[in-house]
Amino acid sequence: MSKLLGIPLLASEHGGQIDQVNLLIHFIMLVLFVGWGSFFVYVLVRFRKSKNPTADYRGATGHTSSYLEVIVAIVEAVLLLGISIPFWAARIDTMPGPDTDPLHVRVVAQQFSWNIHYPGPDGIFGRSSVTLVDDQINPIGLDPDDPDGEDDITVINQLYLPVDRPAIIHLSTKDVIHCFSLTEFRVKQDMIPGMSIPVSFVPTMTTAMMREIQGDETRNFEIACAQLCGLAHYRMRGAVMVVQEDEFETWLAERLEEKREFEGDYL
Amino acid sequence: MPIEKHGHDHPKLSWWRTYVFATDHKTIGIQYGLTAMFFMFFGFGLMLLMRWQLAYSGKPVPLLGRLFGEDSAFFPDGIVMPEMYNQLGAMHGTIMVFMAIVPIVVGAFGNYMVPLQIGAPDRAFPRLNMARYWCYLVGGVIMLASFFAPGGAASSGWTSYAPLSVIATSGQTYWLIGMIGLITSSLLGGINFIVTIIQLRAKGLTFMRLPFFVWTQFVTAFLLVLAFPPLEAAAVLQLMDRLFDTSYFLPSGLVISGEILNVAGGGSALLWQHLFWFLAHPEVYVLILPPFGIVAEVIANNTRRPLWGYRSMVYSLVFLGFMSFVVWAHHMYLTGMGTALSAFFQTTTMIISIPSVVILTALVISLWGASIRFTVPMLFALAFLPMFAIGGLTGLPLGLNMPDIALHDTYYVIGHFHYVVAPGSTFGIFAGLYYWFPKITGRKMNETLGKLHFWPTLLFMNCVFMPMMIQGFAGVSRRLYDGGASYAHAQDVLYLNKFMTHSAFGLAFVQLFFIVNLFWSMKYGAKVSRNPWDGTSLEWAAPSPPLPHVNFESLPVAHRGPYEYSVPGENEDFTPQFQADKES
Repeated sequence: MSKLLGIPLLASEHGGQIDQVNLLIHFIMLVLFVGWGSFFVYVLVRFRKSKNPTADYRGATGHTSSYLEVIVAIVEAVLLLGISIPFWAARIDTMPGPDTDPLHVRVVAQQFSWNIHYPGPDGIFGRSSVTLVDDQINPIGLDPDDPDGEDDITVINQLYLPVDRPAIIHLSTKDVIHCFSLTEFRVKQDMIPGMSIPVSFVPTMTTAMMREIQGDETRNFEIACAQLCGLAHYRMRGAVMVVQEDEFETWLAERLEEKREFEGDYL
Repeated sequence: MPIEKHGHDHPKLSWWRTYVFATDHKTIGIQYGLTAMFFMFFGFGLMLLMRWQLAYSGKPVPLLGRLFGEDSAFFPDGIVMPEMYNQLGAMHGTIMVFMAIVPIVVGAFGNYMVPLQIGAPDRAFPRLNMARYWCYLVGGVIMLASFFAPGGAASSGWTSYAPLSVIATSGQTYWLIGMIGLITSSLLGGINFIVTIIQLRAKGLTFMRLPFFVWTQFVTAFLLVLAFPPLEAAAVLQLMDRLFDTSYFLPSGLVISGEILNVAGGGSALLWQHLFWFLAHPEVYVLILPPFGIVAEVIANNTRRPLWGYRSMVYSLVFLGFMSFVVWAHHMYLTGMGTALSAFFQTTTMIISIPSVVILTALVISLWGASIRFTVPMLFALAFLPMFAIGGLTGLPLGLNMPDIALHDTYYVIGHFHYVVAPGSTFGIFAGLYYWFPKITGRKMNETLGKLHFWPTLLFMNCVFMPMMIQGFAGVSRRLYDGGASYAHAQDVLYLNKFMTHSAFGLAFVQLFFIVNLFWSMKYGAKVSRNPWDGTSLEWAAPSPPLPHVNFESLPVAHRGPYEYSVPGENEDFTPQFQADKES
């Protein structure tokens, strides 16, 4: 049924639940609509003027419709109390604990790119300040005097994540509202100016696996902006590169080395 | 009766007072209808340009393109640029909601029909009614004028989320000023409806004898009066943010294109969303409740039997009105909302679906035991039911925050609310127009042209909006200039864009049947008596068209409920409210 409805490829741990609930709800909707629609068509045919020239003042009697309304209410209550609210409490409000060794990353959106900020080997994000922002060399305004930020890494539009390890992504924005949308991971969260909002998920499929499934050597998991943010909103696109843990560590180390070289040149 | 006397010695009014600065609710209703219909076709035209761009990205729009030179900044040689696309999107939504549908269902139908249906000579405050139309017209003209502002019209979506709207070009200022005109108009109208319906009901017309349409207008009026002030306040605050450097909606430390935004800060971007949706959700019910009322009238008349469960429909309607004030934040699940708050808004959202189901079910069950006449208004009213049902059902996954994660801000949302408003509200409007046209003009609209209008409209509506659900499932975001062409996950469903665009142009084409019918019938339609549909409510007691300023020769008295069709023992299959009892 996922195929039939054209639900996109799934690459995260929790996404299956969202898809199942979505399919369930659409199945319920279909049953309701077909049942209701059949009744509708039936009465239109049966009670057309040529067939039934005199209308009945009293019309339908009985309580079927009340029962139906009660059933709809019960189904909605189950969806709400049994599924949707617990899911939100468990997933959106609760972040993975330290025992799962989550990877913390900051994503700072701006018109029209995604700044990705890794805390580096020390695991602590360096201080940043708007007064230090320079779109060319320091897009998130990292403070060079803060020792915690000395090993921090920033990249643009490329979010590298290790597979099967929980990622906690702290979302913020420099200018207007953006929306961090990862279709294949079933992650979507607005980025609100003045707020830092965490989202978490566990990627379960590497980019390489996805490319093999799709039969497309250049395809990426994409970061889409889902909230109108200005002229180039439609091409505010980034990539999520899901790799094995060791590849991830190598990639991070390379970026850190690049940063040191760059600073060497610069200073 | 002082009113009757007053009516008969009414001095003849000048041309200006009769047709332009009119106080007669019927003239104002027609002014509203024609103005709003113009805006509606204009807003529809903007949508056609957007759909052209989505299907034929970067190609010049045929015909129209030649009117614009290559120097046009947003529309060079008729090619839609991103600047243009965002303006089209924002203005299509604004025009359709605030300048077309609401003015038609409330300003035109409400204005014209409510006094007639309650047996009143006019509205309670005729001058307020006139002021209301002129506020609306001024607001609407400012909105259209904004296309000529430097940088073009508003381009931050019809929702105008801050901070994007605060830093936008000057078109947004026009938008806010225009909104103030439109909102003021709705406020004046709302007050007038409440007073009129409470005070000017005909003798014997108790609340439980009101036609359902009057009930919908009554509840709608409360929504207008209570929900619009927060947006009016919000619009003034945003105007101050834009013009006087206040920071109601701007937090500290914003960096726009590498430059620190030089404002005080300390504001909240989410505050705008709360104020906006506090209006805009009740607004959704303003769009749909009066069409519900129209559909109920048409169904009762063409089934030739009373509405099934009239009382439960009225109670549901009132409950719906109350609940519509406490669901607004279901538009905001993904703004970082925690479990407690989102649980509250999900619960209210699920609760509000129940009265909608009750009303829809009652309308369908009303068909049981009927003798259905498939007239053109009835076709539209019947088609309204399944179309609104699709709109309502697709609200279910969006109203629960968990599936909303996948569907939020995708084309699924666009499909959902268009099913409510396009084949929903609009079908209600068409039903009402074909139904009451004889009352307004004294002539009937052509049935054949009406059917030629109805069937393709129904088909094309579905061809435009159903594929949006499919695109939404695939995860295609809304408001994308290229329709998602640059995203890998959208590639499989891009082919639908051409299909939807062709259907939209088809939809536009078949509206010609309607326009021709409308104007042709005004002059050449078959002449009718005062009650051509054998209706029962009080408007059918008035001549067609009703008398200027007084409506009725003598004010009618209501002897019974509004839908006494096929009463056992009666000779006719309808017993009008205004027909005196046999004994008396």
